[in-house]
Amino acid sequence: MAPYVQQLFNGLTLGSLYALLAIGYTMVYGILRFINFAHGEIFMFAGYWALLWFAVLKFPWWAAAVLAVAITGLMGVIIERLAYRPLRHAPRISVFITAMGVSILLGNTIIVLPDWWAGGRQKPFPTPPAIMTRIFQLGDVRIQGVTIWVPLIAIACLLGLLLLIYRTKVGRAMRAIATDLEITALMGANINRIISYTFLVGSLLAAVAGILWGCRYPRLQWDLGLLPGLRSFTAAVVGGIGNITGAMLGGFLIGLGEIAVVAFLPHLSGLRDAFIFAILILFLLVRPTGLLGKPLKEKV
Amino acid sequence: MGEVAFGSGGCAPRTPAGVLTGGGCAAYGKMAKDAIEFARAIGLVPTEVLGRPIELVYYDARTEPAEAALGATRLIEVEKVVAILGTMCSGPFLGAAEIVQKAGVPMLGITTTSPLTTKVGEYCFRACFVDDDQGVVAAWLGYEVLGARTAVIVVDVVQPYCVGLARFFERAFTALGGKVLAELAVRTGDVDYTAQLTEIARLNPDVIYCPNYYTEAALMIRQARDLGLKQPVLGGDGYDAPELLEIGGPAVEGTVFTTFFHEDAVVTPIGLKFYAEYRKAFGRSPSSMEAMAVDAYLLMVDAIARAGVADPKAIQKALSVADLEVVTGRTIMDPVTRNPAKDFVFLEAREGQFALRLVLGAGEAKALKAKIGL
Repeated sequence: MAPYVQQLFNGLTLGSLYALLAIGYTMVYGILRFINFAHGEIFMFAGYWALLWFAVLKFPWWAAAVLAVAITGLMGVIIERLAYRPLRHAPRISVFITAMGVSILLGNTIIVLPDWWAGGRQKPFPTPPAIMTRIFQLGDVRIQGVTIWVPLIAIACLLGLLLLIYRTKVGRAMRAIATDLEITALMGANINRIISYTFLVGSLLAAVAGILWGCRYPRLQWDLGLLPGLRSFTAAVVGGIGNITGAMLGGFLIGLGEIAVVAFLPHLSGLRDAFIFAILILFLLVRPTGLLGKPLKEKV
Repeated sequence: MGEVAFGSGGCAPRTPAGVLTGGGCAAYGKMAKDAIEFARAIGLVPTEVLGRPIELVYYDARTEPAEAALGATRLIEVEKVVAILGTMCSGPFLGAAEIVQKAGVPMLGITTTSPLTTKVGEYCFRACFVDDDQGVVAAWLGYEVLGARTAVIVVDVVQPYCVGLARFFERAFTALGGKVLAELAVRTGDVDYTAQLTEIARLNPDVIYCPNYYTEAALMIRQARDLGLKQPVLGGDGYDAPELLEIGGPAVEGTVFTTFFHEDAVVTPIGLKFYAEYRKAFGRSPSSMEAMAVDAYLLMVDAIARAGVADPKAIQKALSVADLEVVTGRTIMDPVTRNPAKDFVFLEAREGQFALRLVLGAGEAKALKAKIGL
């Protein structure tokens, strides 16, 4: 029995990290109808910012983490300003390809950055405080501190986000933009500012995920964002892209599913990714709106 | 940064040699390039051959077979190199092998231990030992030295190098009388190994053989210790990078792996000189990858000198009968298999350093193989 309980916790930790990342994907999509493919790289950059403040400039861990989250959030706003805003009225495919370009650019930026900070070689993530890495032992089951914190932080982020979207003026404007960008502009809302907020919040979420990811998997690498990004994107689709609660649910499902493949079919453990992406294809074929998504009405 | 290729040129007054480096295992390519440049700068190795300067052209193969193929094509057709050094990893070497074979330009893999690499043809060489033997000596260490009777293998199924090592370990460990309880798969780029490790905890083997690269192994071993696994972890030369210690931290203490070189096992004069100069310049010891890169350079330059002309065909002939004292010891090329006989160095992570555990000579390894009928 103990191995299965252990696997359940393994899956929950992984799943809540995916969930946190998926929320960011789905929020930007829900408001702008656009998959930000650079989300994974923004997530990756948060780890490197933390490394800069902690290891190079010798800040305390918590300060380094908070600074890293703030800078990463700002980075998202700047990226939107420089790369996406000029394409506001371009065909969606142009924005999509630009997002891929941004993703490649960010990854390769890490490679050319100097060795004392980043570079092509792996770097250890700053050792988090004991509260994150401590091991709790319950019988034969061992749980790392992160396992408890990550789902709590993910749920807090989710609640905060729902509050922002449904209870504030900015949130109302975001929902209005999601319905119709032009009409919202005609009503006198400052579209560019609201979209900047959207990217700020999306990037902050990616950064929080990046820091927690580093606590759990303390290794930084320039292409760190790629696979978690793809899996979280899958989670967002499974949950119903555009639906924030759905993304959370999707994240947990993908995380648990990934662990379950190995737990129940250990000799097929090499096919872990194949299972995940088979789920993605299945959902796209059978239920493209995901678990909680509403069918999208085409605007005439 | 990736694997390196080293090219060496035609009848022009220069002798360019290509070096293929870099990629996912970026540390290897970077180490190789820096080591060769360092050895040239301090005059440890010749910088001219046949009265002409040796010109090195580097190409980053990004540890990707397709990129290595592109690199080899570029080095041969555009840079007109007469020989190629590299790559560091077997996968990219196999990507470039068909191209050098067709063009008839010798390529000397630096730490490409997969047996497949030199089987492509007579222009494909290696400067290191072969995984058939590396897997066998690892099994011997597990069974005879650590006294393990049961093992679980964790293998990166997308790397030919890792899959090969796992196979040879399994065969040898079983032949010695041990039992392999399971073989679990991981993939390059994975970061979460808790599912596999929980399964290993259930099986409770005496030893874990994980012949993957440091890029994944360091994280895996950390998670193993977090999950309470106490078994020793055995690895291959893919562990030999400072990142294993930096990322693994105290968790990797006691991890043992097979590799090519350690400062305490140096016997040749050039090896001692390299070690001393390196220590003086950087304040730390050179790693296996650095020593092996210098060796590959020495072997190739020696072959060009003996060939008497900077012609790829003549160099191929000379390289296949190489017999030279290099940094890691005497290296004698087998003219038929193009695999040199090399000693096996076992290192152990101890107090944040790689310490020498023991050395198994090339002859002893051969006798061991014969004894267990492999």
